[in-house]
Amino acid sequence: MKILVCMSNVPDTTTKVKFVDDFKKLDNNGIQWVINPWDELALTRALELKDDLGSGVQTVTVAHVGLAGSEPTIRKALAIGADDAIRINADAPDAYVVAAQLAEAIRNENFDMIFCGIESSDHNGSTVGGMLAEFLGCASVSCVSNVKLDAGGVVITRELGGSKEVVSVPYPFVAIVQKGIANEPRIAAMRGIMMARTKPIKVVEPRPLDSLTEVISYEMPVPRAACKFVEAENAADLISLLHNQDKVI
Amino acid sequence: MAVLIYLENWDGKFKKLSFELVSYASKIAEMLGSQSLALTIGNVEEQELEKLSVHGADKVLHLKNEKLDTLDEQAFSNLVADVARKYNATVLVLSNNNSGKALAPRLSVQLKAGLVSGVSKLPVSVSPFVVYKKVYSGKAYANVQIKTDLKILTLAQNSFELIHNPKPYVVEHLNIQPSDNLLNTKVKEVQKLTGKVLLSDADIVVSGGRGMKSADNWGPLVELADLLGAATACSRPVSDEGWRPHEEHTGQTGKIIAPNLYFAIGISGATQHLAGISSSKIIVAVNSDKDAPIFEAAQYGIVGDAMKVLPKLVDAVKELKLR
Ligand SMILES: Cc1cc2nc3c(=O)[nH]c(=O)nc-3n(C[C@H](O)[C@H](O)[C@H](O)COP(=O)(O)OP(=O)(O)OC[C@H]3O[C@@H](n4cnc5c(N)ncnc54)[C@H](O)[C@@H]3O)c2cc1C
Repeated sequence: MKILVCMSNVPDTTTKVKFVDDFKKLDNNGIQWVINPWDELALTRALELKDDLGSGVQTVTVAHVGLAGSEPTIRKALAIGADDAIRINADAPDAYVVAAQLAEAIRNENFDMIFCGIESSDHNGSTVGGMLAEFLGCASVSCVSNVKLDAGGVVITRELGGSKEVVSVPYPFVAIVQKGIANEPRIAAMRGIMMARTKPIKVVEPRPLDSLTEVISYEMPVPRAACKFVEAENAADLISLLHNQDKVI
Repeated sequence: MAVLIYLENWDGKFKKLSFELVSYASKIAEMLGSQSLALTIGNVEEQELEKLSVHGADKVLHLKNEKLDTLDEQAFSNLVADVARKYNATVLVLSNNNSGKALAPRLSVQLKAGLVSGVSKLPVSVSPFVVYKKVYSGKAYANVQIKTDLKILTLAQNSFELIHNPKPYVVEHLNIQPSDNLLNTKVKEVQKLTGKVLLSDADIVVSGGRGMKSADNWGPLVELADLLGAATACSRPVSDEGWRPHEEHTGQTGKIIAPNLYFAIGISGATQHLAGISSSKIIVAVNSDKDAPIFEAAQYGIVGDAMKVLPKLVDAVKELKLR
């Protein structure tokens, strides 16, 4: 069995984002790039499944659409334990193009399970996983908080608003994973970092594809008004404000 | 030309977010001078369907089929795509909740329609079609143009006011069969979460962080939530420690919510926490450290010990209820 984890390369979650070119482009200056937190958890779960020798998982591959600049992040995934990587050498103008490029690059690679994180922390789209499944013409399961393999096949837990369901789908499928899929992201050990240097990254040239959407400009949030402080002794006043002035309780 | 709305239902019932979505889509239909069509799949009573016209749906499309009692992403998205083609939809809107996130991306590929998810306002313009959405987990916003003829949007929860816009109730019961070869999701077990206010639906959320000090201190926080009809939530270290269940974890790697009122009790306000709650309409922070970053995000703040402040808040709410 082969698992693919799709990976996005995002600014570290503590980054103070800034824009250049008249608010048209992210200012890359000083940004520390990391594996998207959800994808890191997806990778962790894939590796846990592979570690379980009875599971039959032979390889865990990561795939990424991005230019050569994202190779250090791919190396991190290899250091954490992925066996190999595929990089589609293209910019990522929108999710549609990313998913289409991924689908073309992996269509003939016979992955049984494909994991995608629920969202990427840059454009917060929640879109690549479902799009990829549709391009591949296979099943998808969203809101997945657990994937297990047992004698009967794959057992997936998904969390729909208000209920938790245990479901199964035929291979191959895309699982779009969220909170619960793994507890803590796995951290690269020294040995992993050494081994990552020689693990293969296959570079695939992209298809020419047009995006369906385009960011025209970015805006910074309107700053919130300064916090109004209420004395701890007069905590009751706060409740009156919320009731009488803001009418939220 | 039509604006097609896909509405999930929960055991045949709609929620506030369903009516937000109808209100929103009907406004877009007005902007475009077209009709709004509200589609739902499953067993829904007539009187529930009628509620959709109250919020502006020109026509309700109802599709019932016993094969569709569980969400199969491939089968459902194919059906919605069929309906979108049949009614010549130019805009398709879904909620940015679990089912919307599951279906919208597949629809985007099937219909080759540009998708923007998590929009929080009416389109900035309809020609060109530009929408506004949160990016970088709330640290910025983007104006995004959709270049295709058919546009797909998912609406962020609690971002659009309900509109009372009654239309005559017109319903069409659709008779479209799902293709059996696409129905592949087998459900083995269903566990319903009952009796609690769901975090994703709550108008008020009372949330605790590491400043609550231990699992044993949660009594007054839960009491405050109960009195307010609120859901309870927590920061990541709290659920990691097992003080509170994982479902309550909010933030970048937990739930992303946008209630009308969010109480952050003993939460420092780390950027990853704010990523999950910054769209709340009002944030109230209680923290013993006057320099805690949460006060920069909050409208109201109390500097003090949570264990002393919570009982005061509880008493004040009790008093309010007696009045
Ligand atoms: C990739 C990544 C993803 C993350 N995702 C999330 C996420 O989704 N959600 C999340 O919450 N965190 C997340 N974190 C963790 C985040 O960085 C913070 O560590 C976390 O939010 C801190 O939780 P806290 O505010 O409860 O605890 P602390 O930061 O320890 O803050 C406790 C606060 O309580 C106050 N306090 C102490 N005693 C009292 C008292 N008696 N009364 C009142 N106040 C008191 C303190 O002044 C302090 O401000 C993530 C981190 C990373 C790196």
